[in-house]
Amino acid sequence: MRGKRAPSRDSRSVLLPLLALIVLSFGVGACAEGLSFSELYKESILGLEFSAKVKSLEGHTVDVVGYMAPPLKVRGNFFVLSREPVSLCPYCNTDADWPADILVVYLKKDEIFRQPNRSIVVTGRLEVGSYTDPDTGFVSLLRLVNATYK
Amino acid sequence: MRKSVLVAFFVVLGATSQLFALNIYPLDKAQILAGAKFDFKVELDGVRSDAAVKVTVNWQNYAAVLGKSASLVEEKDEAGKSASALILRDVSLRTAGDYVVRVTDGATTKQVTWTVYSAANQPVVKNVIFLLADGLSIGHRTAARLLSKGNVEGTAAGPLAMDQMDHMGLMGTSSVDAITVDSANSMSAYMTGHKSSINAMGVYADRTPSPFDDPKVETIAELVRRTTKKSIGIISDAELEDATPAAVVAHTRRRDEKAEIVKSFLSVKPEVLLGGGSAYFLPKSTPGSKRNDNTNYVDEFRKAGYALVTTNSELTALSGSAAPDRLLGLFHPGNMDGSLDRLFLGKGTVPKYPDQPDLTTMTSVALDILSRNQEGFFLMVEAALVDKFTHPMDWERAVYDTIMFDKVIAMAQEFMKTHPDTLLVVTGDHTHSISVYGTVNDDKPGTSIRDKVGTYAAAGFPNYEDADGDGYPDTPDVSKRLAVGYGNHPDYWETFKPKMDNPFNPTIQNEKKQYVANDQYKSDDAVFIQGNLAYTEAQEVHSVDDQILSMSGPGSEKVKAYQENTALFRYIVEALGLKP
Repeated sequence: MRGKRAPSRDSRSVLLPLLALIVLSFGVGACAEGLSFSELYKESILGLEFSAKVKSLEGHTVDVVGYMAPPLKVRGNFFVLSREPVSLCPYCNTDADWPADILVVYLKKDEIFRQPNRSIVVTGRLEVGSYTDPDTGFVSLLRLVNATYK
Repeated sequence: MRKSVLVAFFVVLGATSQLFALNIYPLDKAQILAGAKFDFKVELDGVRSDAAVKVTVNWQNYAAVLGKSASLVEEKDEAGKSASALILRDVSLRTAGDYVVRVTDGATTKQVTWTVYSAANQPVVKNVIFLLADGLSIGHRTAARLLSKGNVEGTAAGPLAMDQMDHMGLMGTSSVDAITVDSANSMSAYMTGHKSSINAMGVYADRTPSPFDDPKVETIAELVRRTTKKSIGIISDAELEDATPAAVVAHTRRRDEKAEIVKSFLSVKPEVLLGGGSAYFLPKSTPGSKRNDNTNYVDEFRKAGYALVTTNSELTALSGSAAPDRLLGLFHPGNMDGSLDRLFLGKGTVPKYPDQPDLTTMTSVALDILSRNQEGFFLMVEAALVDKFTHPMDWERAVYDTIMFDKVIAMAQEFMKTHPDTLLVVTGDHTHSISVYGTVNDDKPGTSIRDKVGTYAAAGFPNYEDADGDGYPDTPDVSKRLAVGYGNHPDYWETFKPKMDNPFNPTIQNEKKQYVANDQYKSDDAVFIQGNLAYTEAQEVHSVDDQILSMSGPGSEKVKAYQENTALFRYIVEALGLKP
């Protein structure tokens, strides 16, 4: 998934104000960097370490391709993005039995979730570090916040 | 009018003859090893005083027979209702024979009978090698034989190692609470000789909500540790905290209590402990940990004198004389990858963990270490992923791991040539409803994928090849493959092809929390198979069909045509001549 390309130099004077308007109206940073699940951590038998790429992208807007895990609540702004479609209900067992390849997504707006049954691209700001969701108690190490998806 | 009086009379009679003692543990018909420790528990239907209840064993006061006494305690069941219970921890019965346990309040009585047997005969073996492929079923064996050895004009071109075991019979796997079984209570039946409830291990499930207070029964590893100077080895390619390896040492009503299970490993201290599941050894503060406390079990094992390895390179450096006395190998934070991905395709989590050892390597190093002990050893090796791949209906991965399991069996059989005082057990825990029913031939005429399925004479033979002679097909992706089906399944897309990109993920959960077919596999060349399970089932489930027990070596002749799975515990302790 690629971000918007910057316009070429000779048309900048015309397009720049227009582009600024478009960007502002979408409210999302342009030029989102692609980040894949295999790039998140360094090898981790004795503990996870965030990869250099993750550390450098902290606070930036990124695009991540993944699958929507079954949401805890049908309506809300929180879901978990996983590398592969999750066929086992993560909340049915202990919350600890959750695949390592996940990203927690906090959407810009609440919505009623429908399972897309295909991969999605989530665009959001990358947050790094441990955080416990106040509603669900779900602990995440990495998050995409202020996100949208398609 | 008379009729209604009669009915009322019987209703009243019925009420007074209602049993006031709800449960006695161990349950009726329990077979108990003389000297083995167990917890004795009587659950009454309400709050009672000590004076109101009489508990006897063979018509004597229970304290005289069990060696200790206790007052009734009040406990709450899962609904919050209070009632009395008598609990005695860690009792044992030294003399063989039948024990009639009666609980009475003078008016009503509940009674169970236990049979205590002695294994204090002369041992016929020094070592036990217990090999288990989780979920192993006849379909896996047949497919493994076809893929690994081939078949020429109706005769298998070679036997599997599992085909060459001395004695074989069927086992009933049913649970205390159901005809079905899971990996926890099925392994517990082997490791303790007692039936238990689904998801439970090393205990009888009781009525209280806590999964840690249920009446315990001693495991074979605990008995070996306490009674002998033998070494113990536990190996699995799943998380070490998963049901099968956990049941060798643990006591819990809930197999999901994985953090607690690590403590049981530390308390038994098997000389060799190799597998996945490092996440439960790390303190909560380490990212990637799945613990709820800050204990660092890697450190605890190091303090207990264990060498630690985390890769195949580190493990193989320890073979022969370089092997330490105590070895902890953690090769993955979760379940390890299967042979198809590790040795051929590089999919699954292999890119992240490229140096995982094979089950054969883990077994080889374990045998080097354990066989140093002149007193002998008990080694349990589990090929866990046969089951983990059969549930999502990825039969190729399940069968490649069955072939890997067979290589471990061959290794054990080779070991027995120089160590004949060894009992070799080869089995599974529960079965799956998996079956080979023909072939799928890309070159068969027909427009739909279903036309490619050949049955009866049209099946012919598959065209898997093993040019390098390593026992595995060079690729599962051949033009004429096995047609393999499942007796129970959720909705899914059947592609009739091996999943070369990643392990099969057949379903996805929708917003109504139902599991529906994963459309990632939808195509013109796939058939939609409607499920025959509740929509809450994400995957194929265990079958009730009998499991096969096979044994070789001294003591193996005890296998009967049919036995309950609990009988295997008795065969093992009798072969070892355990005198706890």
